[in-house]
Amino acid sequence: MHLSDTALPEANVTMNSMASAAQIRLPDKPQVTIQPGKAWGILDVKELWAYRELLYFLTWRDLKVRYKQTALGVAWVVMQPLMMTLIFTVFLGKLARVPSDGSPYPLFVFAGMLPWLFVSGSIIASGTSLVGNSNLITKVYFPRVLIPAAIVCGRLFDFVVSFVVFAGVMVYYHVGLTRSILMLPVLIVLTTILALSIGMWAAAVNVKFRDVAVALPVLVQLWMFTSPVVYPSSIVFSRNIGPVFRWLYSINPMVGIIDNFRAAILGNPFNWPALLSATVVTIVLFVYATYEFRRLETSFADMI
Amino acid sequence: MKPIIRVENVGKRYRIGTRQATYGTLRDTIAGTVRSSLARRRNGKPSSANTLWALKEVNFEVEPGEIIGIIGSNGAGKSTLLKLLSRVTAPTIGRIELYGRLGSLLEVGTGFHPELTGRENIYLNGAILGMKRAEIKRNFDDIVAFAEVERFIDTPVKHYSTGMYLRLAFAVAAQLEPEILLVDEVLAVGDANFQKKCMGKMGEVAKEGRTILFVSHNMTAINQLCPLTLMLSEGRVARFGNTPEVVAEYLKTGSERGGERTWENAPSAPGSARVRLHAVRIKSRGQVSAQVDIDQETSVEVEFWNHEPNIANLCVNIYVVDSVGNVVLSSANTPNANSTPDGWYEQTHERGLHRATCTLPANFLNEGRYYIDVYLVTLGPLQVEVSEPRVMAFDVFDTGVMREAGGGRHWAGVVRVRLPWQTKFVRPIDNEARTTQPSPG
Repeated sequence: MHLSDTALPEANVTMNSMASAAQIRLPDKPQVTIQPGKAWGILDVKELWAYRELLYFLTWRDLKVRYKQTALGVAWVVMQPLMMTLIFTVFLGKLARVPSDGSPYPLFVFAGMLPWLFVSGSIIASGTSLVGNSNLITKVYFPRVLIPAAIVCGRLFDFVVSFVVFAGVMVYYHVGLTRSILMLPVLIVLTTILALSIGMWAAAVNVKFRDVAVALPVLVQLWMFTSPVVYPSSIVFSRNIGPVFRWLYSINPMVGIIDNFRAAILGNPFNWPALLSATVVTIVLFVYATYEFRRLETSFADMI
Repeated sequence: MKPIIRVENVGKRYRIGTRQATYGTLRDTIAGTVRSSLARRRNGKPSSANTLWALKEVNFEVEPGEIIGIIGSNGAGKSTLLKLLSRVTAPTIGRIELYGRLGSLLEVGTGFHPELTGRENIYLNGAILGMKRAEIKRNFDDIVAFAEVERFIDTPVKHYSTGMYLRLAFAVAAQLEPEILLVDEVLAVGDANFQKKCMGKMGEVAKEGRTILFVSHNMTAINQLCPLTLMLSEGRVARFGNTPEVVAEYLKTGSERGGERTWENAPSAPGSARVRLHAVRIKSRGQVSAQVDIDQETSVEVEFWNHEPNIANLCVNIYVVDSVGNVVLSSANTPNANSTPDGWYEQTHERGLHRATCTLPANFLNEGRYYIDVYLVTLGPLQVEVSEPRVMAFDVFDTGVMREAGGGRHWAGVVRVRLPWQTKFVRPIDNEARTTQPSPG
């Protein structure tokens, strides 16, 4: 559907509600033109801006509903990374003696777990988000991309909460911050765009092929072990694995994100080539996902 | 005058395949693609047998301040038209221009979340309907007062009664201040008081000079509210003009006859993924018939498939509506509305076919044509599973006994109940009456 709003909705709110029919002045150009779907253009930024408050309320609903009627409430947000850190520390850090690039293993794995859980949680929850909101989609108009976007925003909130706990763990291990931490906002933006790209693509495709929701948890699991979450990427890059495999490994954007995430927090040197490839891959994914989303968007209501 | 809505040659085509199988798996699609591309190679073009034009060549214009009724039998394209106007789905061909902000009361309570409190749902629902936070804040007290839920505003709406839930949902939607308002059958649910409130609100909105499109099966409401009416038939504009003439023509064409409607093909039967209608029947003297003798009991059978294991609180409602659209009665199988309690409503039920039968007494409805509306609703939280207004028509006719008693005339009234009458002699005209009067002197 090609939609062109020539005026933002708030422009009309100020209109005198007691105006009689004769006093209503119609704009020369239509405010909305409804036409058959034109499968082009990426996101309509102007329209998204007009609906920014809905993104806020959908995010807020996601958070509120997720922890309503739970005894521990928001404590569950930090339970997952804490428990996983504990398990991996015992089995991989202590027993299997997986290296951790000189940092304490719990800190190392927690630092990797933060961006990983943000991305994987966002993707899995986004995948079913459109189908789960079919009552909205078949009845009201709003930019559909807000639904997966709200999921990602909700997980971003979880991420921030987990980060506060992580800061406590850092204090415990007497690890101080360095200037590298300034890279953190850049990495968070990059991670968010990556999570949103895959999330919105999965959500859109899942409307037609419910296979996506089934396949996602499996694929995400595989992705975790092909990303340096519980082991350092150096154990892959240091081996003589040949240029093709090396290229394949670094095309995984989570390699660049997790490596540099750790670098920013723990003060290790940055892995710039991996960051560059992660950025390029993320941008490509984002453009592709928005294009696919816009293309499929017009048929959501008929197919859901 | 310049139109505020311009609809030009609009058409909407559904592929019946994709419409019935609401979603597919990858495997089906791959197989389907192979098959249809083979078929295309043979025929040269995609077959038109499995497509359906829900709307075709629709053209009309609405001027600002006009209130337009939209009528048509089930499947005439009313809902599709509203979906296109509200941008929920895109037209296949054609173009619609709107010269103002459009708001819709298509489904009150859309986006209400049972776990959230009334206060939280007001903000969420307002945002979904396109209101600004400041706007909602300003109107917050009005919304709460209109819905009469002051005491429960911080209670999760899952604990609300159906009435409270509906009132709150409508109150939020009623605060919309669009130039164009779409209204669809919100009046079908809720008690008389609530319906009155809704109608009042619509009248107010109309007075403010806004443009309203009102879809309804209620001819009385259409007559009262809308000077102009658009009648759809099989996806086309059958008539657009002064309401009395259009309504008269619509009533003449009538609804289904025969006393029975069955949906053999489950996916296309009206309903939700949980509950689907299977059949609706009118029975008199044990026979399926749309011609009902006024002297006989009439039963209305509603058969439906339940696809949800352990479904609970499923409420079967019927409305009996007369030929002008007045609701003669509404009834449900809930314990308090049922004079022969069977406990069905309180129990949970397995997947399968269920039949609810409601018996209308003999000598009850007056002669004439009546329509049945069927609504299946699960309560707590309220969810409409089946909503089929005017699903069936039947005629009540007189055997002649009472007709003769009335001197061959038509008895006035919507109902014709034989009521107990006792007429007795009280006293004769006698002298006592005179003697009790105070005598002069």
